[in-house]
Amino acid sequence: MAVTSSGSAKVTLPTDQQILITREFDAPKHLVYKAWTTPELVKRWWHANRGEVTIAEIDLRVGGMWRYVSVTPDGFEVGFHGEYREIVANERLVATEVYEGIPDAEEHAALNTLTLTEVDGRTTLTVLVEHPTKEGRDAHINSGMEGGMQDAMDLLEQVAISLR
Amino acid sequence: MARAATTADAFNAVAEPRRRQILDALAGGERPVNDLVRMLGLAQPQVSKHLRVLREVGAVDVRDQGRQRLYRLNGHALKPIHDWVKNYERAWSERFEQMDVVLEELKKEEGDGSDE
Repeated sequence: MAVTSSGSAKVTLPTDQQILITREFDAPKHLVYKAWTTPELVKRWWHANRGEVTIAEIDLRVGGMWRYVSVTPDGFEVGFHGEYREIVANERLVATEVYEGIPDAEEHAALNTLTLTEVDGRTTLTVLVEHPTKEGRDAHINSGMEGGMQDAMDLLEQVAISLR
Repeated sequence: MARAATTADAFNAVAEPRRRQILDALAGGERPVNDLVRMLGLAQPQVSKHLRVLREVGAVDVRDQGRQRLYRLNGHALKPIHDWVKNYERAWSERFEQMDVVLEELKKEEGDGSDE
């Protein structure tokens, strides 16, 4: 059976230090939560078609650690880890996120809040990524680009339309 | 470490709130500077200064029509900003597409077991 596509992820920048990712799924929230928090399942989607997830460790309790490592086809390894801060099963998960590829990584940890809201068997997932600094947020999205990016998503919508 | 000069690229050009207002206004269509002065409630020299920065990065084009100078948005100059966010968005989109596959399986497994 064909998989129902629920559309693409939507990314906005609510403030200088935040990234908000939103996506709707054609599944109840307890299954989305399961896919999000079960290592064998995380290995199947975290790679984003950019390689393979070699490590997915999840110690799902407050104070417990998580760590994901993926390897691109040309051998580039990317690791993230963090600590669970708040857990409401099937609804809300707050955890820190450290990108292991930068100096002083721990100081630049982001705080991620996952929320799942179900309506009529469909689930809206949001991830709010909060960085201690705007620079950290910008680096999170793309380390290769320097500059003073501000929240300009309304403008970007216009740009997207004008490029169509 | 040092920040690039304000006019270096589109990213810095749109980092200034007033310049984003100008771009928003121009997204609605071509306008003379007087319109922008009125819409932003700024003095003309300030608006002109912002327009100059936007022109330097190519975010705004200008043409003369009679005695008026008309400004318009050039979306292509802002494409790097758009792409910057879009790349990130695309990575998440692909993750979520894989999650769709996983979720279909989980739904089926649950259906095969006990009904709710």
